[in-house]
Amino acid sequence: MSDMRIGLARPGEPRMSDPRLGNMLIETGDAEMPRIGLLPKRVTSIVPRHSIAGRALIAVIAIMTFLASLTAGSVMMVRSAATQWQSAVAREVTIQIRPAADRDVEADVAAAQTIARGFRGVSEARAYSTQESAALLEPWLGLGLALEDLPVPRVITVQLESDGAVDLDQLRQALAKAVPVATLDDHRAWIDRMRTMAQTVVAGGLAVLILVLAATMLSVVFATQGAMAVNRPIVEVLYLVGAKHAFIASQFQRHFLALGLRGGLIGGLAAALVFALAAAAGWLGRDTLGGEQFAALFGSFRLGIEGYLAVLAQIVLIAIVTAITSRRTVNRTLASVS
Amino acid sequence: MEPQALWAFGHLVVDGLVVYRKRDVCGLRTHNQLWFVWANRDGMAGHDHAIMSRVAEALVVRFENVGLRYGLGPEVLRDLSFRIEAGSFQFLTGPSGAGKTSLLRLLFLSLKPTRGLVTIFGHDVMSLDPDSLSVLRRRIGIVFQDFRLLDHMTTYENVALPFRVMGKDEDSYRGEVAELLHWVGLGERMDALPPVLSGGEKQRAAIARAVIARPQLLLADEPTGNVDPSLAQRLLRLFAELNRSGTTIVIATHDIALMDEYDARRLVLHEGRLHVYD
Repeated sequence: MSDMRIGLARPGEPRMSDPRLGNMLIETGDAEMPRIGLLPKRVTSIVPRHSIAGRALIAVIAIMTFLASLTAGSVMMVRSAATQWQSAVAREVTIQIRPAADRDVEADVAAAQTIARGFRGVSEARAYSTQESAALLEPWLGLGLALEDLPVPRVITVQLESDGAVDLDQLRQALAKAVPVATLDDHRAWIDRMRTMAQTVVAGGLAVLILVLAATMLSVVFATQGAMAVNRPIVEVLYLVGAKHAFIASQFQRHFLALGLRGGLIGGLAAALVFALAAAAGWLGRDTLGGEQFAALFGSFRLGIEGYLAVLAQIVLIAIVTAITSRRTVNRTLASVS
Repeated sequence: MEPQALWAFGHLVVDGLVVYRKRDVCGLRTHNQLWFVWANRDGMAGHDHAIMSRVAEALVVRFENVGLRYGLGPEVLRDLSFRIEAGSFQFLTGPSGAGKTSLLRLLFLSLKPTRGLVTIFGHDVMSLDPDSLSVLRRRIGIVFQDFRLLDHMTTYENVALPFRVMGKDEDSYRGEVAELLHWVGLGERMDALPPVLSGGEKQRAAIARAVIARPQLLLADEPTGNVDPSLAQRLLRLFAELNRSGTTIVIATHDIALMDEYDARRLVLHEGRLHVYD
């Protein structure tokens, strides 16, 4: 019903019929007509957009999201690296042949290699020649040692197929029958030890992640309550002019959801950037010695799609926590006002 | 529908038409409540409309044996029974700590009484849910001693806040708000932020915000406490003019001089009890 507005006086007509009112207006310094054209067009939002408490909240959320994302990403990377190690190590077994005085080492090696190669589930069996065996012992025995006189065990590395359908006990029995001096080493002890270590690291990382997430939630809750404390007068004034509770709560909730998302995105993107840079650095330095060792230790330092999804999930979760906290604080403030 | 209600309704329609065509620019006439209903009945949800409908109500406020206590403490207000009629003007006074602010909070629906019956605009306060109370609160305007303006919004936006909170479109109320601001003398200060306004200007802005939605009842808690005496006089004349146009006024004040200016009913609170001096 926009035509039901107050009728405006036309220019030149006296506005006030009551002389007392006219005097009052002159005393208070105004006798002009409203100038509609110069009225403000852009409306300020009810919750102040830019405030120091709001900026502090964004900073807190950004930092905590960054830390939480780094922790989550690191845990996921350690887990994937450990899994890669395990599968790489488990895919290789070693046959050791001790030289015995009464046997021909070369023939034994050849026989064992043949058995291994022909076994189901074996993809490759490679025998180390005498020179290569000497090279293996080099770190301990030094160069220039004549190894022909030493009873150096000969090593055959057997690569298993990745589906892992190989029966090692049967292979062991077959070898024992053909070459009694051969032993099959499936590195079980090492694998078990490494698995334990990797699981410990992952568990530790998860514990750290839970603590960081808890700290994130708590700091978001406290920072939001602090930012809301500044806004208490606004809640009171809105209550005064007859706003419904749902209206007031939604105003603040929207504002704080935006703040939470902004902070979360800053932190999450920073963490993603750190991972991307580290991956790029690892890839660029892959040919250097340090780069190789790094790659051997940490794998490819690549955060997979799950990692980025985890970061995104954290951002959304933190934004939701911010919004819910602000809504609860508004309701508590309203309960205390009314 | 009984004949009386039918007559009132017909009166409403005819009166509304007449008032709209004839009224002068300062706008507020005796029948403005009825006009306002007609002018504003669109755009309100059904339930809100029931609360907002203003079929002629002779009594704006009715207290019967009302008592109020905070928690388990002693009763702040005891056995209050009084009536406030539509279009009346009264001062609420009493020594500090007598309970003026508590009584105003009861009138403003921000507190519920611990015992007794409070009827505002014919509705029993205890029977309403918070949302209905909020809608009812829109028919009451309140002015505080400390102004309570929002510092990050301009004067225009502060005064337009009641409309914004109702969800009205800005185009529909822009002219009204501008005109009211001119009427109270703040036309030049429309785009100023409250921190740069003087005390008198802030109080006038607060009064403008309280009356922009044409409330039937206007409450004022020490409105002249923070302004100089000459401005206090002018504010009192402003309240008197609003009363002449049909708004019921209750002013809580300590200021005896102010009360002597205007011959009106006095509600005196003393030790939790109310005495009425006409």
